[in-house]
Amino acid sequence: MSFRIVVLAKQVPDTRNVGKDAMKADGTVNRAALPAIYNPEDLNALEMALHIKSKIKGAEVIILTMGPPRAAEIIRESIYRGADGGYLITDRKFAGSDTLATSYAISLAVKKLAPYHLVISGRQAIDGDTAQVGPQTAEKLAIPQITYAEEVESVDEKQITIKRRLERGVEVVRTPLPALITVHSSAPECRPRQAKLLMKFKHARTVTELQEEVRDYTELYIKRPYLQIEEWTVADLHADVEMLGLSGSPTKVKKIENVVLQQKETVLLTDADKDIEGLMKELISAHIIG
Amino acid sequence: MNNLFVYCEVNEDGLVADVSLELLSKGKKLANELKIKMEAVVIGNEIHDIEAQLYPYGVDVIHLAQEKRLFPYTTLPHASIVVNLFKEEKPEIALFGATSVGRDLAPRVASALRCGLTADCTSLEIGNHTENKTQKEYINLLYQIRPAFGGNIIATIINPDTRPQIATVREGVMKLEIFSKSFKGKLKNLSLDKYMKEDDFMVEILERHIEKQKINIKGAQIIVAGGYGVGTKENFALLHQLAEVIGGEVGASRAAVDAGLVDHARQIGQTGVTVRPKLYIACGISGAVQHRAGMDQSAKIISINNDPKAPINKIADYTIIGNVGDILPKMIKFYKENSK
Repeated sequence: MSFRIVVLAKQVPDTRNVGKDAMKADGTVNRAALPAIYNPEDLNALEMALHIKSKIKGAEVIILTMGPPRAAEIIRESIYRGADGGYLITDRKFAGSDTLATSYAISLAVKKLAPYHLVISGRQAIDGDTAQVGPQTAEKLAIPQITYAEEVESVDEKQITIKRRLERGVEVVRTPLPALITVHSSAPECRPRQAKLLMKFKHARTVTELQEEVRDYTELYIKRPYLQIEEWTVADLHADVEMLGLSGSPTKVKKIENVVLQQKETVLLTDADKDIEGLMKELISAHIIG
Repeated sequence: MNNLFVYCEVNEDGLVADVSLELLSKGKKLANELKIKMEAVVIGNEIHDIEAQLYPYGVDVIHLAQEKRLFPYTTLPHASIVVNLFKEEKPEIALFGATSVGRDLAPRVASALRCGLTADCTSLEIGNHTENKTQKEYINLLYQIRPAFGGNIIATIINPDTRPQIATVREGVMKLEIFSKSFKGKLKNLSLDKYMKEDDFMVEILERHIEKQKINIKGAQIIVAGGYGVGTKENFALLHQLAEVIGGEVGASRAAVDAGLVDHARQIGQTGVTVRPKLYIACGISGAVQHRAGMDQSAKIISINNDPKAPINKIADYTIIGNVGDILPKMIKFYKENSK
């Protein structure tokens, strides 16, 4: 039996580089202006999985990602870096899922990949920063969780020893397998794409993507069936629709407010000496400093 | 209506963590508004006089679980105790610190109870809700308020149909306030066999190094904070110089931390520390909502930015348009010349 590592990875809008055109005139977010990227800590997770794969004979790394059809990019990107394959969980019925409904769907997909030894994901995704899906998936799988992993100290078929990064220190813990690990950004960065894998898999597509291709891939796919990326829908997961999307999400968004700042009475200064000196004198005489 | 519960973290010295005391301070106000009681869950070992520690915050009931294996924290036994206790007590609201412990524990608990959870709230309020489709009325829900989507919006989250309504809050967000020094509640020792099982101890802690907090930006009266606009480590050194001269601490925005200009321990904002100094000097910080959430209660704010349109200027008392690299040396110079 091979040693199976499942990596949970998410495609996210790059909220770290919100440019000026990312906000529309009415103050709402212009999603189209934000590039879709591989969630940074999920790349740390992929690296940890590939590292473990190199330590254990016959280990394989399988990517699971949930999102719209274009999220298949995450699977290709992972394969270019050394993953063995992946599945895209995609269905309109997932729309509106909060972390609880998401972890339910993901846990069903992980169960479909049983027997598995490790489930590894980033600590959190930059679009929500909740860090909830990892622990909630572990709970649904009834396996232990090790959060904020920074380094694998040792691993074999039965157990793994992990160094965790805490707020004010570190901790080394050992857990039997299977277990779920969430990886902290201080863990090693992901290795780059390999040219050989990029060439081999650049035509890997999901069924949905193939339908949109102008070129006919039929013959290529008969010769190279490994290029097919499988999509899993609600039906494939035998999921209870009531536990997905808005109906399966206990949290509701009551209100979204665009942040409109009321201009305070601000004193506008330049970098001229007299302005700065005046300010410092004022702060000193008001006993704010000094 | 059932009660409000706060999960209290205990540190190496057997003391309840500040973040938990802050949650108790806020929790008491919410509980009073709802006319319900506040209960605390304390799990650990060798905990220092817990009644004396917690009653001043207005805790009506302390649920105490003490055993050698319950400290340091591991996920499974703490989750089992909290989940089983909540199944019995059916809290209306449950609050956790958004710490390494709380962010590990709360989602596991919420998943087991199939409840809603909102992470890193910057404000908690009580309010009503009418469901659009069904016109169903909900009275006295917990509004869980947090910045979302890159901080460009503020979202109010509710959990209309599931209980408890669970939220995590970062350290420093809520104010620490004693309710009454003479307040007395009651202590309940939990019989542990009922709440946890042997399997919960399958994860072992082999080593642990916890450092005392070295950087204390939460308590600083003056903060010189830098953002991505500071640009270089050399310019960041200027922030340190100014902070040293005027007796302050250096803080940072997330962008500066992500760019590797400064250590994460100095991060101010929704996913960092919340501060309320008497002077906040924002250098090259544009002022996304998440950052402002961590500093907008500062008494005086100075923004130094070469972008006159930076959002932070709108909440600043003084805005200096120009480059950080030019302005900070002048501030240091004129401070030295004018202070005695």
